[in-house]
Amino acid sequence: MKISLNGKQVEVKSRTLELLIPERGLHPDALIVEVNSELIKKEHWAKTIIREGDTLELLNFVGGG
Amino acid sequence: MTAMEKDTLYLGDVELTSRLLTGTGKFASRTLIPAMLEASGSEMITVALRRVDPGATRKNILDYIPDSVRLLPNTSGARTAQEAVRIARIAREAGCGRFIKIEVITDMKYLLPDNHETLLATETLAKEGFIVLPYMMPDVTVSKQLHDAGAAAVMPLGSPIGTNRGLEMKPMIKRIIEGSKLPVVVDAGIGRPSQAAEAMEMGADAVLVNTAIATSHDPVMAGKAFALAVRAGRMAYLAEMEDKKMYADPSSPLTGFLGE
Repeated sequence: MKISLNGKQVEVKSRTLELLIPERGLHPDALIVEVNSELIKKEHWAKTIIREGDTLELLNFVGGG
Repeated sequence: MTAMEKDTLYLGDVELTSRLLTGTGKFASRTLIPAMLEASGSEMITVALRRVDPGATRKNILDYIPDSVRLLPNTSGARTAQEAVRIARIAREAGCGRFIKIEVITDMKYLLPDNHETLLATETLAKEGFIVLPYMMPDVTVSKQLHDAGAAAVMPLGSPIGTNRGLEMKPMIKRIIEGSKLPVVVDAGIGRPSQAAEAMEMGADAVLVNTAIATSHDPVMAGKAFALAVRAGRMAYLAEMEDKKMYADPSSPLTGFLGE
């Protein structure tokens, strides 16, 4: 299915957020995830179903002043 | 020294001993950050929030900041108050605490803050319980408005971000300091310890230094140098140094060597 991930249209297979993170080659530790502008806490990733057309933002903290 | 021992800075209800705030940007290696924090004694450090890089490593910037140091997430990247509010909420939800440095910038050449949007974001976030530290263009009226909007401090810029130009805005910052009921943290452009000392001598309550420390050849030593300068400047301010004068004022008696 197609979703919007960090502003880009991508094709993904995973049905849940928990599975999607490794599918995208990302490490879950420091990741912050918004699905359709709603922040999803890590404990809810396994039960968060990804649907066609969802908008995901995967964020993390970086160096900044 | 008695005055100095009790000389703490309050940002919201949080007490800080160090008046040097630091940042995590531009370090050649993130492993230098904990050593810099230890050497400088800085108790608060900024971080930014961005979309994850596809090749991101397991460790993130927060792993390099000891628990004893408070995080000051910034809203860099925000071009409107609404975006700044969104970043602040995400940062708090992500466990970064109640502090937020508001940074709303649309001018990409000089990276000067948009005071109007900054004020709007301050109003919203203060109501939501954030300890709001707005990065601002030095303006006395806006400084008062930020106070009324619930800011915990004002952070006027010394000069544009990353320029090392020091206190280009000195007269305006001085006017803010004179009238401000809030702590004044000079943020941005401080490129030398002498400039940090200058800000503190003038009565600034703290300074925020990132680029100058991070881009030096030895950020650990630079952090220490800034800490000493901030302390020296603060002590000079508390000691109430006399003003500059036009003419000489002898420090030895003016009588001739052998009388008269």
